Amino acid sequence: MGFDSLIGGSIWDEYSQKVQDRMNHPLYMGEFTEEDAAAKGAKLIVADFGAESCGDAVRLYWLVDEKTDMIIDAKFKSFGCGTAIASSDVMAELTINKTVQQAVKITNIDVEFAMRDNPDTPAVPPQKMHCSVMAYDVIKKAASEYMGVDMESFEDEIIVCECARISLGTIKEVIKLNDLTTVEQITDYTKAGAFCKSCIKPGGHEDREWYLVDILKDTRNEMAAESVAASADTSAIGGAVAFAQMTLVQKLKAVEATLDENIRQMLIMDGGNMEVLDIKENGANIDIYIRYLGACSGCASSSTGTLYAIEATLKEKLDESIRVLPI
Amino acid sequence: MRVYLDNNATTIVDPQVTATMEPFQTQIYGNPSSLHAFGSESHIDLNNAMEKIYAGIHAPKSDSIVITSCATESNNWVLKSIYFDYIVSNRKDHIIISEVEHPSIIAGARFLEKLGVKVTYLPINEEGIVTAQSVRDNITPKTALVSVMWANNETGAIFPVQEIGEICAENDVLFHTDAVQAIGKIPVDVQSLNVDYLTFSAHKFHGPKGVGALYIKKGKELTPLFHGGDQMGGLRSGTLNVAGIIGMGKAMELAVDCLDFEMPDVEELRNKLEDALLQIKETFVVTPREKRTRNTMLISFRGVEGESMLWDLNKAGIGASTGSACASVDLEANPVMEAIGAADDLAHTAIRFSLSRFTTEEEIDYTIGVVHEAVERLRGISSSYAYTPKNHESEL
Repeated sequence: MGFDSLIGGSIWDEYSQKVQDRMNHPLYMGEFTEEDAAAKGAKLIVADFGAESCGDAVRLYWLVDEKTDMIIDAKFKSFGCGTAIASSDVMAELTINKTVQQAVKITNIDVEFAMRDNPDTPAVPPQKMHCSVMAYDVIKKAASEYMGVDMESFEDEIIVCECARISLGTIKEVIKLNDLTTVEQITDYTKAGAFCKSCIKPGGHEDREWYLVDILKDTRNEMAAESVAASADTSAIGGAVAFAQMTLVQKLKAVEATLDENIRQMLIMDGGNMEVLDIKENGANIDIYIRYLGACSGCASSSTGTLYAIEATLKEKLDESIRVLPI
Repeated sequence: MRVYLDNNATTIVDPQVTATMEPFQTQIYGNPSSLHAFGSESHIDLNNAMEKIYAGIHAPKSDSIVITSCATESNNWVLKSIYFDYIVSNRKDHIIISEVEHPSIIAGARFLEKLGVKVTYLPINEEGIVTAQSVRDNITPKTALVSVMWANNETGAIFPVQEIGEICAENDVLFHTDAVQAIGKIPVDVQSLNVDYLTFSAHKFHGPKGVGALYIKKGKELTPLFHGGDQMGGLRSGTLNVAGIIGMGKAMELAVDCLDFEMPDVEELRNKLEDALLQIKETFVVTPREKRTRNTMLISFRGVEGESMLWDLNKAGIGASTGSACASVDLEANPVMEAIGAADDLAHTAIRFSLSRFTTEEEIDYTIGVVHEAVERLRGISSSYAYTPKNHESEL
């Protein structure tokens, strides 16, 4: 909410100039026939993705040199809105002069990035991201046709959103690549959940094996685990992770260790102690909530000298932005 | 050339309306509730404007026409006050609306559902029309309200409000109709049918934005949505929108006059456009012409996605509309196309052209040319018209 949400803008205003140009004058629009392929001594590959009933459909044509697996030319046809046409056009362009194996590595992010006018401004509004995801899927489809493998076995076997034919693998990949945090974002990026909505969460008009809410939760957990593992690896090889970059558990451990080493003995000698209740990022500060135990809880110094000592130690050892708040 | 063919979304304010409103913004600016002359000097003109609004829908003076801020307010008022007046008390528990109502009715009904109200969403038939029979079939002894629009915004389809009103009367059910798309396009006479509440809005008939109205039959008054200073007989508090009411009055007068004089020309232009566009192969229009308002056409060009079409039209200076998913924030297909059971591949191809008495023949001729070019270009790109090699199994 707030100012920007009140009047709203036209989604067309958020299209980059490149998107508009490619919509107005697609460079790779067209098709190849068997004769075209024969003339160039190449193999014709035709791949379809999407469906007109869903609002988007794209057909990709490749001429592939079978000796080198090189895509020597590409064209597309597309039923869809401006961004679908522009994404398809850029996608076709990106695959030319790549091997099929290289082309498979092109992601929706590459397609979207190639349509940006400047690197920091998205080429399309969020709800149009699915167009570039579709461009990415049709490449995989074409590659699977060329390699003679089933799209399902080549890519992902589990379809989560039947309406938009979006697979579990695509959804997990898109969440990770784009750091998505809400189901709405998944829908914007992939179109999964946009139609009958059954796959969003249990209780829709169709029971599903997989739901976006669960996939999001699981994938975010996986991402968190991966990042913990990554930072553990970093510290294991001797590189210290800055306090602010630590996960909550790591922060807690660091705080406890610092307190054990520098503060607690002093408190225990006076018949008291303290516990850490919570650590929260609060704007520019990292707030550490503590509670005094035993004799400390009534001590006059607990809100002055002792508190100052705790805070100063944590600031010095861990991070300047730490504030200690007794509760 | 700039051509505005989205008159079901909103219309240009008639210069005569602007001229009538102007003194009430610059000279006669008092609050009509004030006792002094600054306040009271607008009363005669306000009353004259209200007379024109009453005359426009043939409302007897014993009934109320309450001026609101927009049709959305009027529609919300009906739904929410029906809830307070009939459903909270447990007298009734059910309302009936059509599945192609304006969002202010659909979203309002969904909100009531959350509060425990049962809502029936009536489907439309293959002509895009809600049948009176479907209303009859769904009324229960606990039905409080039927709300079915007079004419549909997307297709222009005119709904059988006369028969629906009779069925409601027989069953002692209140009947509301959203007549936003009817006023100024077809005759609206509240005495020719049984209707308890009727919504309309000035900006759809060349009046100013921000002025709506709710007609309320005598004895069917609703709990106000806005409590306050007792304006509009206490039914809708808030300082009177003086210039807006004056503007709506003038706009209503002109709109009713135009039914006989200019709407036949509008219809002729609409038909010219429609005939010319139907020359394009694989093109379909929803709802038979004689069952539509005279200015509207919803047309599908197979293989051409709606937003792409709007894009090309916009590049040529033409404003039209689409219910296509891609043009909106959510990704649902056009609900009307889905409801009439159009082929799946047409769900995202519908374009609405809506004309007004300000539309010229020159503009229509220009539009015909532009649409032909756009369809040719976009079908050139479209996968529906793509080459399929013999050994390729098309999934499109």
